[in-house]
Amino acid sequence: MNMEEYKVLAPCGMLGYGFPKASFQKGMEHKPDAIVVDAGSTDAGPHKLGAGTAIVSRQACKKDLELMITAGAAAGIPVIIGSAGGSGARIHVEWTQSIVMEIVKEHGLSDLNIAIIWADIPHEAVKASLAAGQCEPLNMTVKPLTEERLEATTRIVAQMGHEPIVKALEAGADIIICGRAYDPSPFAAAAIHNGFDTALSYHLGKILECAALCADPGTTKDSMLGILKKDSFIVKPLNDKRKCTTISVAAHTFYEKDHPYLLHGPGLILDLEKCTFTEHGDGSVEVRGSRVHETPIYKIKLEGAARTAYRTFVVAGVRDPLLITRIEEVEELVKQQVQEYFDDISENDYQIRFINYGLNGVMGQLEPTPTPGHELGIVIDVVAKTQELADMICSSARSTFLHYGYEGRKATAGNLAFPFAPSDVPFGAVYEFSVYHLMETRDALEMFTCEFIQGGSR
Amino acid sequence: MKLYDAAAVLRSKNSGPFEITVDTLFDNAVTYNKIKQSGVINKETISELYNIAPEEITQIVFFDQALGFKVTFARGVSSGSFLDRDVYGAQQHAPLMELEVEV
Repeated sequence: MNMEEYKVLAPCGMLGYGFPKASFQKGMEHKPDAIVVDAGSTDAGPHKLGAGTAIVSRQACKKDLELMITAGAAAGIPVIIGSAGGSGARIHVEWTQSIVMEIVKEHGLSDLNIAIIWADIPHEAVKASLAAGQCEPLNMTVKPLTEERLEATTRIVAQMGHEPIVKALEAGADIIICGRAYDPSPFAAAAIHNGFDTALSYHLGKILECAALCADPGTTKDSMLGILKKDSFIVKPLNDKRKCTTISVAAHTFYEKDHPYLLHGPGLILDLEKCTFTEHGDGSVEVRGSRVHETPIYKIKLEGAARTAYRTFVVAGVRDPLLITRIEEVEELVKQQVQEYFDDISENDYQIRFINYGLNGVMGQLEPTPTPGHELGIVIDVVAKTQELADMICSSARSTFLHYGYEGRKATAGNLAFPFAPSDVPFGAVYEFSVYHLMETRDALEMFTCEFIQGGSR
Repeated sequence: MKLYDAAAVLRSKNSGPFEITVDTLFDNAVTYNKIKQSGVINKETISELYNIAPEEITQIVFFDQALGFKVTFARGVSSGSFLDRDVYGAQQHAPLMELEVEV
């Protein structure tokens, strides 16, 4: 089949964020060839991957998927979900799968072919790759992946390229639930599978994974249509309130990326330096000139999260001008007194820090103007080896701070204003990105296995 | 004037959990080109504004089609781990806003 045009409908920029039904319906009237949605992000930190929790609620995810799956089935087009469940590990994929199965059952769509592409990477594979010198940290500040840190890592995923998804489409998948994927890959896969240019497909994918964010006004909570041609693509908003402009589309690749026009993906670098952007006058923009360079060695990006501690925190306010002028000094003294009191507990087992909002709470060391306001918001943040220890140290730090008799004090009744009772909040586990590496693979498919299940049963 | 008066968009965000990226976008080519050609956006300026070593700055790139430039630097602490202050990195743009520019 030699198609002249390929249309991809992106309902929203994050599965579960929701989208206006009218926009989605308008998109369906254009007779798209696939419905694709990204469900993943590392934005919210390492906790989701580490703890195995989702970004959005089950209900919100089901609401979006129900519209997509029923519309996709009625039109006979594939529905593809990238980075299922947020982090795309087995637990997140299974969470998404159970929602998909529920929808399929409720709507009598049990004849649909459902493919699942796993993106979990076994610890042993990473260990072997490290030993062979084929696994390198992605940034200079990534801590060395020692055996101990690898062991503490609860799960590791890798971002898949388009190749495993193309394979699932070739095998006749109607619904594809991808584990962790490079955000543009599921979009690119649908187009590449139908013979369209890799560079254009990826560039379109890069834009559509955020849905209407590249329009003006931009949002991830509205639908967008991508129309691929042989040597260009068009992005088209599906809501009259939004328009794409040459600038809004060109600038989109800035978003959350380290470089504005060189984007690194699995096995490739997308080069958008020479792109041209043309407004069509109807709110859509046509893009030409996207290029792609294949990397000599196929490398995949690994993400892994380790549980590093447990946290307890207190929120408090300070209004006393005498205390405000010497706040950091007093906090240091409070910390010392707690450490002296618990001299039987190793100082390696816990850490105390104070966040001073109104002084440098947001930027810390990077703050160019650490001038205190007339009042400060303080977070006493304690992490420790166990929750019990964090609770105990935090309680002690809070009471010590509350009553600390610093030099020159006039307010002898108490130093802190607590907005809540009780004041101490046991938070639970704290995670850290322990794995953020590039790993060499034999090919694009090696680490990503695909499994087919029938709509009705497994 | 200040850079925030000259720019249409000035924002920060994580680019992955180990970096912060700051985007400055303009709504007209004249302002964009003046600032680009002035040469004021360089490692020295950024390292002074943010009190970070020049080696920690990984990218300073202008992209003409988008009328904007991007500055990316390493995070002191990775997103969401202990000692982090801004999980999304969404409030790290203010020092760049204050930069004095001639347009």
